[in-house]
Amino acid sequence: MTYSDILMLLPVTLADGLVLGLVYATIALGYSMVYGVLGLINFAHSEIFMVGAIVSVEVMTYAFVGSDLHPIIQIAVAMVCAATVSGTLAVAAERIAYRPLRIRKAPFLAPLITAIGISLFLQDAVRFIESLFGQFIRPFPSIPFFDQQIPLTANDTISYKSVTILVIAGTMLLTLNYLVQHTKLGKAIRAVALDRKAASLMGVNVDRIIMITFLIGGILAGVAGVLYALQFGRVDPFTGFIPGLKAFTAAVLGGIGSIPGAMLGGVILGILEVLIGTYAPIFTNNVIGTEYKDIFAFGILIIILIFKPTGLLGRSTTEKV
Amino acid sequence: MATAKKDRSLLVVSYTAIMVLLKMTVFTGTGLFDTFAFILLFLSLFFATDHSIVQPWARRLVVGGVLFVVMPVIGIGNTFYLDVVTQVAIYAVLALGLNIVVGFAGLLDLGFVAFFAVGAYFWAIVGSTQGNEIFGGGFPLPADMFFLATIVSIGLAALAGVLLGLPVLRLRGDYLAMVTLGFGEVIRVLANNLDKPVNITNGPQGITSIGQPLTEVAAALASPAVAEFKWQALIYYGLVLLALGGALVVNKRLDASKIGRAWIAIREDEIAAQAMGIPLVHTKLIAFATGASFAGAMGALYAAKQTFVSPESFDFNQSIGILAMIVFGGLGSIRGAITGAALVTILNLQVLKALSTGLNNLRSSGYEILGFNFADIPSQFEPSKYERLIFGVILVAMMLYRPRGLVPAERGTLVADEAELGTGKENAR
Repeated sequence: MTYSDILMLLPVTLADGLVLGLVYATIALGYSMVYGVLGLINFAHSEIFMVGAIVSVEVMTYAFVGSDLHPIIQIAVAMVCAATVSGTLAVAAERIAYRPLRIRKAPFLAPLITAIGISLFLQDAVRFIESLFGQFIRPFPSIPFFDQQIPLTANDTISYKSVTILVIAGTMLLTLNYLVQHTKLGKAIRAVALDRKAASLMGVNVDRIIMITFLIGGILAGVAGVLYALQFGRVDPFTGFIPGLKAFTAAVLGGIGSIPGAMLGGVILGILEVLIGTYAPIFTNNVIGTEYKDIFAFGILIIILIFKPTGLLGRSTTEKV
Repeated sequence: MATAKKDRSLLVVSYTAIMVLLKMTVFTGTGLFDTFAFILLFLSLFFATDHSIVQPWARRLVVGGVLFVVMPVIGIGNTFYLDVVTQVAIYAVLALGLNIVVGFAGLLDLGFVAFFAVGAYFWAIVGSTQGNEIFGGGFPLPADMFFLATIVSIGLAALAGVLLGLPVLRLRGDYLAMVTLGFGEVIRVLANNLDKPVNITNGPQGITSIGQPLTEVAAALASPAVAEFKWQALIYYGLVLLALGGALVVNKRLDASKIGRAWIAIREDEIAAQAMGIPLVHTKLIAFATGASFAGAMGALYAAKQTFVSPESFDFNQSIGILAMIVFGGLGSIRGAITGAALVTILNLQVLKALSTGLNNLRSSGYEILGFNFADIPSQFEPSKYERLIFGVILVAMMLYRPRGLVPAERGTLVADEAELGTGKENAR
């Protein structure tokens, strides 16, 4: 393979990486916001994302196969449904698994364990519900509209699907940024993240803000689920695990707790992953296959944790008594 | 008080005797009632190990009698039960290992089975012809080398623990949870894909015909009454009991030692522990490596017992299962870890399997009730497929309603006693 061949693959690879990266970024925001407010990793987040993906597939399959509605509207409806279900689930998880422990001031380990429990429960519950109606591996219905191509460079094209994902994810991220930086609610969220006790003394209803944070994280995860299902065309109840782990890596890479950091981390990780997935097999003669790209993301996580645990945009914190 | 304890000791001994008699005379098969009788017999071990109700003589009699006499005899008659007890003991050792990491030191390890895989794959590779693929020739090693290989497995697993722990243990605990979660997945992907460029793990097919230790002993003991495979099962049972005994001693000694106290101090308050002069990373690394070494030893034994390993044996469910065991039994509680291991293993191996068989019978019967044919029950209803759901419910429910587990760790009450004396602050959870 010559250099020109390798270069020819580059624009498509970068575009794919950006698409994937924005999906990761959308999930990563959920991890990052909850971490910012509560200081713990929401292990159930990957399953909330998975539920969003499943809901979107079901909506597309049962409501829209053979429908004349414009595909963009179909996706919008699926997004609203997925976001509603995922948001509700995230709030429910907070109520069941986190709030009682927070009130009781349970040891540090307890919320981690309950979150893992919720995550396992969701996986199997979804598998159960799905398999009642047949196979639990669900294909996303193919929509010819999204397979149309727009020319990108002289030789390359980009699909409508990728453009749709870029636009939706980009809009979500910008909206969220506005919400957190420029509204009263955002100010309250930032206040709770900075100092929960002081915020509550200033009249912020901390429990409500924590609930809203979970709700926003859940909505974002639901939307990310739709985008993921659209991009990869297939979801099952165990889909959430790997993207969840990668989104967490993205959040850590950007600096966990930081919203621009999660976006930046997601995009960097997505692009790196697709680059490795494309070029590693070429340069190593298939010795290192594409299946190693999951390990690669994990390697990045370890490297960041060794050298810069605060991430690219995170601020360093000192443990207080 | 003393007489009450004596009465209760006698009660436990007679309970055990009745259960042994019932199990050996009436319920000798493997049906539903037989399984139930077996579980009731097993329960005698739980009663007998409760220090607060049973005197030492009764404890020794019941535990020794059931483990060394009754189980082998039942097992010779029906190797299924021996297999169950062996599984319980293997998981009990794993649970004791994880108990050091999660229970004592408070480090949440979600990829514990990865260390188990390290040990299992080590013996699988050097104990079968797979070793020739990597080193050229000279394999399999003679089966006698198994014991030496187990020691190497322990070292390898501990090394893996140190390598994984080193970057992460400096950070907050939830990073560790996430990284171990990923590491479990990495080990599985590696096991699946390291069949090229050099064939190390033989990929998804796994490694077969792994050498078994002490086969010549089983062969020598074989007789028409007791076949060779039964002796082999008994040998594994003995080995596993030995491992469990060793693990128990190590756990108890560590719990009472300086390092054990340091672990508990770190678990309760990292900053206070550091202020008292405990080196955090060093102490956590020791916990992590010790826990991993338990898993490494059991991995080697597991590979030999199954004579087969494949990536599927080391999935996330296993890690979570072991975590569920210690959360169920009580974090930091040694007796709790073993109780949890027994409960979850028996639930998985016997109760769920029995329910699944029952459901299948119902389905094949084809009865109809109110127009619903039982044959139409989807196979997804099978209770044996609900491992994750059950583990999830165990984790959440225990943490919410009984955070100290079924058999709370004894150290907590020790602290409470100090509070009564007025020498310490009330900080029992």
